[in-house]
Amino acid sequence: MLSRVADAIYWMSRYLERAENIARFIDVNWHLTLDAPGAVTEQWTPLVRAMGDWDLFLEKGVSQDRDGVIRFMAFDQASPNSIVSCLSHARDNARTIREIIPTEMWEQINTFYHLARDAARSSKAILDNPYQFCDEVKRRDLTISGIASDAMSHDEAWDFLRLGKLVERADKTSRILDVKYFILLPHPTDVGSNLDYVQWAALLKAISALEAYRRRHGRIQPDRIVEFLLLDHDFPRSVLACLLRAQQCLHAITGTPMGYFGNPAEKRLGHLCGDLAYKGVEEIFASGLHEFTDDLQTRMNLVDEACYATFFSTFPAIDAASQQ
Amino acid sequence: MSQKMDFSGYDPGPFHDEMFTPSGAPRPGCRMLYEKIISLPAGEILARQAAAEQALYDMGITFTVYGHEDGTEKIFPFDIVPRVIEAAEWDTLERGLIQRIAALNLFIADVYGKGRIMADGVVPRSVVESSSGYFPECLGLSPPRGIWCHITGTDLVRDEHGRFLVLEDNLRCPSGVSYVLANRRILKRAFPQVFEAIDIRPVDDYPPLLLDMLQFIAPQGNSRPTAALLTPGVFNSAYFEHTFLAQQAGIELVEGRDLVVVDGFVHMRTTKGLKRVDVLYRRVGEDFLDPTVFRPDSLLGVPGIMDVYKAGRVAMANAPGTGVADDKVVYAYVPRMIRYYLGEEPLLDNVETFLCWEDKARRHVLANLDKMVVKAAAESGGYGMLVGPAATPEEREAFAAKIEANPRNYIAQPTVGLSRTPVIVGDHFEGRHVDLRPYVVYGENIRVIPGGLTRVALKKGSLVVNSSQGGGSKDTWVLGGPAA
Repeated sequence: MLSRVADAIYWMSRYLERAENIARFIDVNWHLTLDAPGAVTEQWTPLVRAMGDWDLFLEKGVSQDRDGVIRFMAFDQASPNSIVSCLSHARDNARTIREIIPTEMWEQINTFYHLARDAARSSKAILDNPYQFCDEVKRRDLTISGIASDAMSHDEAWDFLRLGKLVERADKTSRILDVKYFILLPHPTDVGSNLDYVQWAALLKAISALEAYRRRHGRIQPDRIVEFLLLDHDFPRSVLACLLRAQQCLHAITGTPMGYFGNPAEKRLGHLCGDLAYKGVEEIFASGLHEFTDDLQTRMNLVDEACYATFFSTFPAIDAASQQ
Repeated sequence: MSQKMDFSGYDPGPFHDEMFTPSGAPRPGCRMLYEKIISLPAGEILARQAAAEQALYDMGITFTVYGHEDGTEKIFPFDIVPRVIEAAEWDTLERGLIQRIAALNLFIADVYGKGRIMADGVVPRSVVESSSGYFPECLGLSPPRGIWCHITGTDLVRDEHGRFLVLEDNLRCPSGVSYVLANRRILKRAFPQVFEAIDIRPVDDYPPLLLDMLQFIAPQGNSRPTAALLTPGVFNSAYFEHTFLAQQAGIELVEGRDLVVVDGFVHMRTTKGLKRVDVLYRRVGEDFLDPTVFRPDSLLGVPGIMDVYKAGRVAMANAPGTGVADDKVVYAYVPRMIRYYLGEEPLLDNVETFLCWEDKARRHVLANLDKMVVKAAAESGGYGMLVGPAATPEEREAFAAKIEANPRNYIAQPTVGLSRTPVIVGDHFEGRHVDLRPYVVYGENIRVIPGGLTRVALKKGSLVVNSSQGGGSKDTWVLGGPAA
């Protein structure tokens, strides 16, 4: 497949997944604020910190309340990671690979984009109650995933689509843990309190993990939740599960047998999967959860860079040779 | 509640109307459609029009409205009342187009080959060599199977007497065929019962026909040649069409930067290294094809691709150089080409054309500018033209000066009262002028897609149908029946 096309599929998929995750972030925070005791002021800025867009947010001087944050994360076209921007980028990429993706998928992405843009124009109602909009965003992305799964050949294009989705999702699951890290409890003694549990449950719910977690671990326990979201092998949004599946995609694309590496992307991702697979949650807490996820995100960025160099860049050596 | 829409107030006017006879009765081929439309309950036709527009919007067949920073998008205007062509009429048209394309192909081969037609004085050498689509770089080329103009979109109009005339030949990179296919899909949703009841010739076999042609011209020796559509990229106004055709024909869509010449062949850059390309459906103009041969500043092209082409290691449709026949002065000579190469009388006439570089013709044109349409020889898309009857005296004066300064660059034609057809205007129907662009594919045989793109000038009284000038489109139905 064309390198440019592989790049476009990968990014289309990443942006769609990102839009869905931002909707999940807003949704979790919305539910948290509903459960917060009256004396506690609503905390919305942790979302922006967790997404890694804090500097841009400050620079733009956005108001740090609910309206400001939701507008910034959902509708701000000047913010590269807002839902509207993500869908615009996803659609731009989809447009360049219309010949690869099923027509139904293109139409879904196109109408999805228009939905978000229309919502941005009349955002008042959504700011008052973001639930429906966030739910619609999730549902639409799930629809697109369904079309991809059932209407696309599971060939190289499919592997790049999955690769983009899984790398993005792993990154966002690690960041949603950060939301909890940045949200302050009213008193240090509230750790382990009822409020603490409510917050953890909301977080699980936001990434459709609450029921799966309950079946696996039963009681809400912060260390088990962290283990579930970072190290679980089976839950499709856990970081390790995403990265292991991403590794399968990578090896399906290249044909390199598992356990070997043929390029820097395979090497870095394999290394990361190995580290996670043999990590205990106690070790993570010992080194600091936030520090761990921070490092994880940096290493996933390195995997992304290696994918670019391996598959998407335009072969400078060949260009130099063909000029002769 | 909106009113029921019928044709009671419809005035065909002094023009040939595609749907009604001068007495106001529906033409035989339109009767079923007419009855369906007038039987619809109040508001229904407008609801179907709105549904069609929404479907086009969801399909993403849109353009961004300039001057709207927020990225407002619009669909290309579309009217759901189809234009109907009867079987016998179509058969004549089809034969005329096949004859014309056969002659034009022989002409292009001759221009870049022996130059017989110029040596025999039938077409002046100076006219050919001053055509902006003439590339001396192509002299001596011999494209696979002797085919130069693989895909043509000929513009036809109908005059007051209902006679089809050729307005221009588009042999370079004709666009619009994707709208033919999209419009048909929309119309099947809008009038399913009519499709069931009458025999409308399908257009859906265009993509396979395109693929067959591309494989037919591929270099020999490869049983499964790789074909790709070469696009200038996402900012090109026809990009939707490029992606659509590539998808429908199942070929790769490539940009110049995806291609590279290595070891004497054209290759695509893929995730698994380089892969050879055998045939290119080229939607990039010659100028931008190969910076080592044509424009050196082109970033869209592929350095060295013309050498590969000359060596017969890659085929291209259309062949580089075909644009020589798009020149509007060369157009005027097509009837003579048909007689010269085929020894036949043209089945389709040109619109009467005055060549401004001929002194006598120029004097006539300048004296009758208020009755003429004047066109720049090398322009297309409705640009660089003067519609005499609609222009102000100052505009005519300015244009006269341009003609005097560069007579070779202008042709003039008497204003043709183009045929009209009903379109929805607000809550009723009004007649608007239309043309017709059928698409012709030249592979193993010359094949014409039944119908083509009907373009409609939506502005009241306007004769300019180009989408860049406020034109819209309609589905075109060719009725089945005994072939000629």
